[in-house]
Parts: sequence; C-alpha cells; structure tokens
Amino acid sequence: MKYVDEFREPELIARTSEEIRRLADPRRHYRFMEVCGGHTHAIYRFGLKDLLPPNIELVHGPGCPVCVLPMGRIDDGLSMAASSDVIFTAFGDMMRVPGTHGSPLEYKARGADVRIVYSPADALKLARANPDRQVMFFAIGFETTAPSTALTLMRAKAERIRNFSVFSNHVTIIPAIRAILDSPDMRIDAFIGPGHVSTVIGCRPYEWIARHEGKPLVVSGFEPLDVLQSVAMLLVQLQRGEAKVENQYRRVVPWEGNRAALKAMAEVFTLRSYFEWRGMGFISQSALALSEAYAEWDAEKRFQVPGIRVTDPKAAQCGEVLKGVLKPAQCKLFGKECTPERPIGALMVSSEGSCAAYYQYEYRKSQLVSIPA
Amino acid sequence: MGAGPKIRFRDAQIEMAHGAGGKASRRLIEGLFAPILCGASAEPLGDAAHISLNGTRLAITADSFVVSPLSFPGGSIGELAVNGTVNDLAVSGARAETLVVTYVLEAGLPTEILEREVRAMGRAARAPGVAIAGGDTKVVEHGKADRMYITTAGVGRLIPGVECSARSARPGDAVLLSGPIGDHGITILLARGELDLEADLCSDTRPVLPLVEALAQAAAPGLRWMRDPTRGGVATTLNEFARDCGLSVFIEEHRLPVREAVRGACELLGLDPLHIANEGQFLAVVAPEYQERALEALQRTPGGEGACIIGEVRQEPACAVVSGTPYGGSRIVDMLVGDPLPRIC
Repeated sequence: MKYVDEFREPELIARTSEEIRRLADPRRHYRFMEVCGGHTHAIYRFGLKDLLPPNIELVHGPGCPVCVLPMGRIDDGLSMAASSDVIFTAFGDMMRVPGTHGSPLEYKARGADVRIVYSPADALKLARANPDRQVMFFAIGFETTAPSTALTLMRAKAERIRNFSVFSNHVTIIPAIRAILDSPDMRIDAFIGPGHVSTVIGCRPYEWIARHEGKPLVVSGFEPLDVLQSVAMLLVQLQRGEAKVENQYRRVVPWEGNRAALKAMAEVFTLRSYFEWRGMGFISQSALALSEAYAEWDAEKRFQVPGIRVTDPKAAQCGEVLKGVLKPAQCKLFGKECTPERPIGALMVSSEGSCAAYYQYEYRKSQLVSIPA
Repeated sequence: MGAGPKIRFRDAQIEMAHGAGGKASRRLIEGLFAPILCGASAEPLGDAAHISLNGTRLAITADSFVVSPLSFPGGSIGELAVNGTVNDLAVSGARAETLVVTYVLEAGLPTEILEREVRAMGRAARAPGVAIAGGDTKVVEHGKADRMYITTAGVGRLIPGVECSARSARPGDAVLLSGPIGDHGITILLARGELDLEADLCSDTRPVLPLVEALAQAAAPGLRWMRDPTRGGVATTLNEFARDCGLSVFIEEHRLPVREAVRGACELLGLDPLHIANEGQFLAVVAPEYQERALEALQRTPGGEGACIIGEVRQEPACAVVSGTPYGGSRIVDMLVGDPLPRIC
C-alpha cells in the first residue's frame, strides 16, 4: 500500500533501530512522551518497544480525545439521547465509553436512537433526511477533528438546517502539554509531537516548549519508521545539548499549519474559559465551545443539559496514567476490575488509550511469558 | 428451588457484542447456555457436535443468519445460510448431507426478494450436493424483524480418518490458512453504505468442503484441528484454539494474506484484519511432517491457490496468540472485544 509500506520497510527499520542504539548514551535514562494516542497505538501494535534499548522509556501522553473526556460530559450527551425525537450521533470511538448509566451502545440496546457516523457531515446528512427529528452530533477530538465539525456547522448555517446541533467536546492540545509540564511529579526529557493535530496547527505553537522549557519536540508520523526516526532525532538533539522543534512528518505537516482549517475554527468556535479533563482536572482555555454566531446549533443551548459532574472511581488512577506518572499496569484496577471488555476508565476503552493498547498488545505477553514450561 | 447449575453470566442486558463472536459471545455461551443446557460437559465448544446413532457417527450443527444488507457483492443471505452450515460441518470433519431451513420473514417483504433468496439457497445447496429436507416459515409483524432471518441446521457424515481436536495439537505443528482474510466483513461494512467508502471487493462466501476434503485426503493422520474464522476473525478463532489446547499460537504478520482493498479499509477505519469476519476460509493445524503435503493439496485444489502457512503452535505463552512483526518485535493478538467499530480520532 502506497505511503504505508515504505514506512514499514523492515530493513530501514532495523537500520534506524541500530542508529538509536548508537545514539543513546548507555549511562543515561531517557523519558520521551508521545503526546498523541495514535502514537501509543502504533508503538504497541508494531511492537516498537522491542526495537528500543531498555534505557529509552516511552511515556504515554494525554492525546486520546475519548480518554480525557470526563464521565459527566458523556452523561450530559446521553441525557439528550433519552428523548425519542433525538438521533444521537458520534464517532465509533465514543460508542463503548461508559457513562454513569451505560455507554452509547448500551443506550442503543435499550432503544435510544444512537448511530455511528464516520464524519460530522454524515450527521448533517441524517438531519437533512430526517427533518422531523433532532440530530445531535457528539463532537470529540483535538484540532484534528475540530475543523470538520466547524465546516459542517458552516454548511448547516448556510443551508439553514435547524434540526441539527453539535455538543462540542473539542479540546486543544497545547494547554494539555502545558499542564503536564507544570505538574510537579512529571519528568520528561523530550516530546514526540502529535502528527495529525499539527497538520492543522502547524509546528509554531510548540516553540515555547523548546525555548522556555528546554525540551526538544519532534512532530512525528504514525508509521513504525516515523516513530523510530523521531526518537533518533530527539536523541541527536539531546546529545548536542539542543532543544528545538523539528518536523519529521513533513510529507503531511506544513510548518505553518492549515490556514483554511484554522480560519473555519476561528469562525465557529470560541475558547471556553476552562474545561474539565478526566484525570487532570480543570484546565483553563483548553476547550472549544460554539461561538455566538452558531448558538442556534449549540446542543448545550438547545437542550436541557444537566451539567453533570461525576468523580472518577477513587481506586482508578486514570489521571496518573494520563500524565505518564504511572504505567498502565501500575494502576490498582488494571486487568482486574478494569479490562477492555468492562472498562472503568476511558483509557481502557479507546484503542488509542494507553491502558487498552497496553492490555491488548503487551500485558499478557509480559504476564504469560513468565509461566514455566 | 434446588441448587441449579452455576450461572456465571452477569451482564444486565443483551447487547450487540454478545452476538459479535468475540469475548462477550464466549462469556454468554460458557456462562449461561452451556451450564443450563449442556450440563458439566468439559468438551471444548466446537462449531458442530458429533453424535452416534446406532453406531453411525454423525456431525450436527445449526446456524442463524441475520446479515444486513440481504445481498452484497459476492453473495446474499440465502447462499450464506447454506455455506455457513456446510462449512461448520466441514471444519468439524464432516461432509454435509442434509439441511433443514427456517425462514423468519417480516410482513411487507417483497416476494421478489424472497424468491431471489430461495433460489440462491437452492443453487448453493446443489453445488456441494446437499439436500434440503424440510423446514419452517414464520412471519412477524412489520417492524418486528429486519426483512428476513434464516436458520439452517445440518447433519453430516464424518470424513473417514479425520479426528480433529484442539487437545491433539503439539508444539511445532503448522498453522495453515486457506486464503485471504477479511473480505466478507469489509464487504458487508462497505455495502451498508454508511461509510461513503467504495472498494473493488467481494464477500468470500463459498463452501470450504472441497478444500477440507483435499486436505483430509493428503494429510488426515496429521490433521489436528480445523475451524472457520467467521465472526471475530482469525484472531478470535486462534485464541479459542490456544485456550482449548493450552498452548500458544505464533503467527508471522507478514505471511497473512490480506487483499490491498481490505488492508486499505482497515488502515483507514482503524480495524485489524485479524478481527474481521470471513465466510469462505478456514484454519487448520497440521503436524509438521505433513505440512508440505497439506499445503500442496490445498494449493492444488481450485479456490485454494492462496493457501499458506501463517505460523506455528508453540509451548509458550500458554493460551495466547502472539504475532511477530517483520522488524523483530512482537505483540499479543487478543480476541475481538465488542463489535469492530471504526475509529476516527
């Protein structure tokens, strides 16, 4: 497959893995955070840890939009699904995420009209086809998906489609990285920067991380070779004592980002003064609400949204895992009460969540290999 | 009430995942159906049961078909309903002889569609020489069913010399696959039209009986186990095998035959071809001294050209499936959890 196979070429990967071993100082321990859940998934799926020396530790970051969504927001969204004239739409990613009284799929099993859509435009299509129903799109995602929500809303406004609304849970990546860097229990040497978010925002917004925090950051693609090359680039910077933002994913990410997408976002969204992140608490200016001009399509204004706040189960240590303080298996519930089939925390739901990825691809390997023959 | 069998199934309601063929399905069957209906049978649950009637050993199975849409590139529900049951018998080492058929129809279904599916069923039964001996028809109110459901039950005669059981597997055995995976599941996903994706792809629905017979003829003494990886895909089927035999399956990812269109769709949707349903493929575990003969026999048989060895049985890690990446890394391959849902962000 074009643009995929080239970046999974075994010989090149072996060579890059060797280069990493050569670059890494054996007397030193490295902690690199991959910010994005897509990287976490790739690292486990392709067994990339096996290709790194043991003194390079990859710490999983908060870049999984499903994982950082607090349960109260899911309850709020599902409260709208309870009404019989509402069609609740969301990405497949959301469908198994548990709210207090079940996940969207469980609501569907009980009779709610819950539908998986592949893009917000599909939700708008549903609204056109069902003029007597209210179609609500449960929007999630970082800057990666926010532009498509914005463009869909612009279309809805232009066509005056009034039975369509958006429950915006869009969040922004920079405040999350700032919160991690401000966290006192955090020690990260460098960042593998998010690829898809950067196709929209570009590389410039990360410059403060290099300049003021002194941490190297490499915006990275998602194929095995991309991730390994990014690790090598970070090692080179550390070896030279540098801290700068580099772009490994140049085939997709323009340095300045996507101006048209940013413009659409600026028109449709406004920054919330604060927003709750699961496990990380309230982070100021970290999420997007619909702007005044789009208030008519704002599900939070159209419906009675209860504004539920739910505290995570005490024993679940999602926050620590999200910030990379704990490894998934160090959480008390991991693999016991909390499994991909019966998730308690959202990190166990999305395949991009570090707990689910670790459980699916790695956990039993480490557990079972130790069983004597 | 007396102390009945112990029911371990505790889920409050039935959800789609319980029918998806993965972990939840297994939990439902082992936790509710088997303890009540089969007693304390310690036999691993196969696709077909073997029974003995007046000294004649027979295989018996039943399967229901609820596919939506009713017809899709490469097949339709009528054909699927025959092939599915013929295949369940085939991989249990039996040649299908007779089927009985039940149709549940929704009032309002155009006769044209029903006739089309009955004809498709007739054609599919004639191909492997299976008789349809009878059946039943029920009609439910409009809105109480999705157009048409079909259940087929089948009886088959055991193929001489074939004695399959997961427990007979040994480390070093080869794992064979009859051809490319994921075609059916991806075809159906795209045929539903919800994703606005198109691909040049057909369901693989077909009887695997000719392939199973060729394999039995060439390698029956070394044939340990067979299964068709339908819902839940190759990953789920191999995990069940690993659990039933207490050993490990090691597969080499780069050897897995996956068509470009299936790979592309899976990459795009964040799905794993190993979890996607098949309707015309099967997996076999064969003793190493028979693996070459077995592979040749499959590849010589029409429809088996794409057969290949995808891995081997190992001692450890017990009860697990491990996939080796071409880069020297490895990962655990788990059963399907829930329904495969497209991943967007």
